[in-house]
Amino acid sequence: MKRVFGVVALAAAVFVAQGASAQTLKQVKDRGVLNCGANGQLAGFGLPDAQGNWAGLDVDVCRAVAAAVLGDAKKVKFVPLTAKDRFTALQSGDVDLLARNTTWTESRDTTLGLNFTGVNYYDGQGFMVRKSLKVNSALELNGASVCVQQGTTTELNLADYFRANKMQLKSVTFADADQTVKAYDAGRCDAFTTDASGLYSERLRLAKPDDHIVLPEIISKEPLGPSVRHGDDQWFDVVKWVGFAMVDAEDLGVDSKNVDEMMKSTNPEIRRLLGVEGNFGEQLGLTKDTFYKVIKQVGNYGESFERNVGSGSPLKIDRGLNKLWTKGGIMYAPPIH
Amino acid sequence: MAIESVGAQQPARVAFYNNPKFRSVAYQVVLCALVVLAIYAAVSNALDNLQRAHVASGLGFWNQAAGFDISQTLIEYSASVSTYGTAFWVGLLNTLLVGALGIVLATILGFTIGISRLSKNWLLSKVATTYVETIRNIPLLLQLLFWYNAVLKALPDIRDSHKFMGSYLNNRGLFVPEPLRDPGLGWVEAAFAIGIVASLGFYYWARKRQMETGQQAPVALVSLVLVIGLPLVIFFVLGMPLHFDAPQLGRFNLTGGLALQPEFVALLLGLSVYTAAFIAEVVRAGIRAVSHGQTEAAYSLGLRSGPTLRLIIVPQAMRVIVPPLTSQYLNLIKNSSLAVAVGYPDLVQVFTGTVLNQTGQAVEVVAITMLVYLFISLVTSLLMNIYNSRVKLVER
Repeated sequence: MKRVFGVVALAAAVFVAQGASAQTLKQVKDRGVLNCGANGQLAGFGLPDAQGNWAGLDVDVCRAVAAAVLGDAKKVKFVPLTAKDRFTALQSGDVDLLARNTTWTESRDTTLGLNFTGVNYYDGQGFMVRKSLKVNSALELNGASVCVQQGTTTELNLADYFRANKMQLKSVTFADADQTVKAYDAGRCDAFTTDASGLYSERLRLAKPDDHIVLPEIISKEPLGPSVRHGDDQWFDVVKWVGFAMVDAEDLGVDSKNVDEMMKSTNPEIRRLLGVEGNFGEQLGLTKDTFYKVIKQVGNYGESFERNVGSGSPLKIDRGLNKLWTKGGIMYAPPIH
Repeated sequence: MAIESVGAQQPARVAFYNNPKFRSVAYQVVLCALVVLAIYAAVSNALDNLQRAHVASGLGFWNQAAGFDISQTLIEYSASVSTYGTAFWVGLLNTLLVGALGIVLATILGFTIGISRLSKNWLLSKVATTYVETIRNIPLLLQLLFWYNAVLKALPDIRDSHKFMGSYLNNRGLFVPEPLRDPGLGWVEAAFAIGIVASLGFYYWARKRQMETGQQAPVALVSLVLVIGLPLVIFFVLGMPLHFDAPQLGRFNLTGGLALQPEFVALLLGLSVYTAAFIAEVVRAGIRAVSHGQTEAAYSLGLRSGPTLRLIIVPQAMRVIVPPLTSQYLNLIKNSSLAVAVGYPDLVQVFTGTVLNQTGQAVEVVAITMLVYLFISLVTSLLMNIYNSRVKLVER
């Protein structure tokens, strides 16, 4: 009988084991590597190159957090996720952080149990069509077939937009971004819709990119940002402030090239950012020079933007809304104080 | 007797926990308790974790507005007013549609190939062998992608559609005129029903007569006349009470008519062709299981090879065929969830795809989907078991 009780106790112990714990920061430090949910198929945001090196605006978020927490931007394990599977992967603890061009919405923030740490790209949904259709506006798309990726806000906005404008819609949905683009390229759909940044990126993959145009309408607000699980405030703060620090660094003119000189700066804001004065990194449960490591290894927000999606990349996307607030955009970060 | 008497002499010496009866009951009680405890622990642990992660739980989402569009719907569905619950039914019906049609097609194709493989015609049997060996050795997912991309790539753009008799064929699918009822069509349908009943009656009469007198009646011909001819005559007498809604080419798409989408066609073809290869082998095994003596006996009675196959071999082969055939049907239904790969809106694509993603309630959604597949499979099994009990060897 003793043995039976032993089995009961063992079974109970197995099942009572905790799920997603609230100690993400400690877990990441103990593990020595950050598990980061990324796209894997979207140039400019998250895509491994031929050598398997990941690059992109969202990838830089992961690298910056790794630099801050582990001191090395390379200590990241990227987990490629589809739009459909990304939230489950975060909820279940498979990844510590989701940086996969994800739109911040109310329901995702609440019922999905996510916390968005900020916005790293202000985007909006657009349409791409063949030039030969001679369509000049999204409002002319009545009755058109539209290819869209499943499990995205774009899928919902698409239905909303056609309904609001009393147009007939024939949507064709795919779970996989590649399959969606392929079907559009094969002529299965008249139009392809996704975030405008994605349209420019996907156009490069079409058989004849020049045969397609992006329509001028932006039909939705798509603030893209990284997210973490609900219920772990410390980890939430870490990811949030790493993002803010990159924007603040650009604001203060600190970049990866001049960061060592800037250590000698007399500007108190720069001194606080780089940990020369105060203990702001330590308040997050990290080291004093946390943000110095981030900027040294990954760069400021502007550098990351230009390198991945801006003028230094094949995408050549205009910074637009993503310019700093001082330069006509809306990219703004609270001060490190 | 000896053992009984020994047991009867010393009943008091066995402790109660060594009593085999007590032990067997006790073990089962303990096992049940363990299973219940495990399920309880798993469920409460999941709920606890979900709550800690602030993920919504429960089935409250069922009546919330869905807000997304579905490309193929058998029931009324619109993104604006329909709920996640309706989306579930749309997905389920699409799954059942492709499953049911797939089973019919795979059965016809499978039986044909299986019998061909046993044919004395060298070419026919080699073609069937090649089919089976090729198709069943390539993963189904690849075949689906092949069919989908082959269908898409081979067909012309919508503006260069193949046109025939008011129908259009292009890379958006097959669009055919939709038959619409006019008053009077009810009479034709009634005639069709009468034809079926009458031909069934004729069949039973003819069989009885053959049993009694040995005379055969032309059952097939008479049935054909009754089932097809009678309604046709009524149809023309009433002045063809049917009109067609032909598809019209608009600026982007064809509107009106009935549409067969390439996603559906690719999935249906892929599933049928793949499963048919396995069914062919099942059929071949079944026929091979019937002793050759049966064929020889039939021939010596003067039956030709057609009736021999139909009346002697197949009925006996069926009882070997049906059980593995059931597994193939179940495989086909379960494999239809690969629809995700080609964008066909089946239950998995719609419900565990978009609905799961939007509500974030993975546990509930996945549990419901698993229960639904379990239910469909069990019903299929049940029907096949009923059929099996009819064809199996009746032992006296």
